[in-house]
Amino acid sequence: MRERGILIGLLLAVLLLVGCGGTSAESGSKDSKASCDLDNPSLFEKGQLTVATDKPAYPPWFKGSPKDYSGYEGNIASEIAKRMDLPIKWTVEPFNKSYAPGAKDFDFDINQITITPEREQVVDFSDGYFDNAQGVLVMKDSPAAEAKSVSDLKDFTIGAQVGTTGLDFVNETVKPTEDPKVYDSTNDAKSALESGQIDVFVTDLVTTVYLRDFEIEGSTVIGKYPRNEQFGMLFEQGNPLVDCVNQVLGEMKSDGTLKKLEQKHLQQYLDVATLEK
Amino acid sequence: MTQGGPAAPGPSAPGKDPGRGSRALGNRGVLVSSASTVLFFTIIAVVVVLAPGSGVVAERFFSPSHLWQSLVGSEGLPSVLGAFLLNVQIFMVSEVFILILALIIAVVRGIPGPVFFPFRLVAVAYTDLFRGVPLILVLYMIGFGVPGLGLGFVSYLPDVTYGVISLVLVYSAYVAEVYRAGIESVHESQNAAARSLGLTRWQSLRFVVLPQAIRRVIPPLLNDFIGLQKDTALVSVLGSIEAARAAQIYGASEFNYASYVVAALLFVLITIPLARFTDRLIARDKRRREAGALA
Repeated sequence: MRERGILIGLLLAVLLLVGCGGTSAESGSKDSKASCDLDNPSLFEKGQLTVATDKPAYPPWFKGSPKDYSGYEGNIASEIAKRMDLPIKWTVEPFNKSYAPGAKDFDFDINQITITPEREQVVDFSDGYFDNAQGVLVMKDSPAAEAKSVSDLKDFTIGAQVGTTGLDFVNETVKPTEDPKVYDSTNDAKSALESGQIDVFVTDLVTTVYLRDFEIEGSTVIGKYPRNEQFGMLFEQGNPLVDCVNQVLGEMKSDGTLKKLEQKHLQQYLDVATLEK
Repeated sequence: MTQGGPAAPGPSAPGKDPGRGSRALGNRGVLVSSASTVLFFTIIAVVVVLAPGSGVVAERFFSPSHLWQSLVGSEGLPSVLGAFLLNVQIFMVSEVFILILALIIAVVRGIPGPVFFPFRLVAVAYTDLFRGVPLILVLYMIGFGVPGLGLGFVSYLPDVTYGVISLVLVYSAYVAEVYRAGIESVHESQNAAARSLGLTRWQSLRFVVLPQAIRRVIPPLLNDFIGLQKDTALVSVLGSIEAARAAQIYGASEFNYASYVVAALLFVLITIPLARFTDRLIARDKRRREAGALA
């Protein structure tokens, strides 16, 4: 008797699933790209701009408390919200989750994410808001401090953070003889550099200079290496809000606001000589 | 009550008559189990295939080109398969040290006599501590803490070595408890008999108690080693690129999770033989003990 009950139950479950599966598949189809309607933008939550970034968020990209971020990226996001006439709400989105399939629970993610063609197949990016270069951080008393060019770095133990274009730069341009060391966070890489586990730490220029000036005593940035990379804001693929944000970002570029924010927050981190290849 | 024929789909439904005997019931059992199995897996398949995002998930997790690319690696991206060799190496080296250290701890914990109290205390404290602390925290403390101390060569070991040390510290605590269970399962009379034959305490332990104890705990030991195989992935927090990290690098660069599926499959592939081997040992042990009981 019980067996039969379970079997019938299973059968009913199949029928039920086929039934609702069909309907939800239909309703799940999304309308395709529409151009921006600034008066009535499509938002994750009505009446506010939900902006995500990773935690911890590092200066000078982010400063202040998560309720009310300032800093370069923090100010860009709040300026966009202001110009769209919306209050801003910050949420936390780990980088590894930002490209997961399924609906995103934010309007956009601003987290020093580099625009690459591979990534663009899966998510949408805004136009670039910052021209990134890689920075090379070493300890002053290490032999690596003598390096004058990228090829001089080859034989050192190089560290980078997972998911960064700094790691791509190491693998594609430096091509070190020994496998690079890859860390979960800037903090782990910093400890490894301080304790001599790695000779060189490669990450975005601003972060290396920040670490040199505020975090790692006795370290120096031996140079930067531009790779024609830009940071962009990350959107769910097909989100029409991209057009709105690009429109606002374009205005911020043409009226000089973006440049001013860059000078205010990043100027002191960008004055580094370029490494030869 | 067993007139269950109509519920089971199929051309013929035997077993309508409850009085047909055990053979008919057996056939019916086969039928019911097949129907149940088919329905059960149909439900899972239906859920997965009809989910609104199934197309995206298929592309993001099971795209054949991404599966292959991440397995073999490409220009600038590590191969998950190549990185997996590091997991195997870490596992092999750690396992040897764990077996030795854990046995020492278990034996020390069992030494009788008041003089040895501090040793027993250390052994107990050790197992309590390292069974309680999550492996990843031990990894951070050893892997980032010891190099930070600047203690000569101890602080300048490769990061994989600190990973192995952490695995050995944590897993030895578990394995020591497994050994202890084995040692305590050997009846005290065995020891008494050995001593009465003139064996010293050490000889009795070495030749009488431990051989029986270890044979009994081989299945649970292997079980712990299956866990160890998987936990080698955590060593990547210290910088070295093992399979899970290689998968993460691929995923972050391509925004695709197929690399994680590849890493998962590799771990499963290497774990299954060990699991089957454990099953066989358990079965053999059971047969032997039953044979022994008859004799």
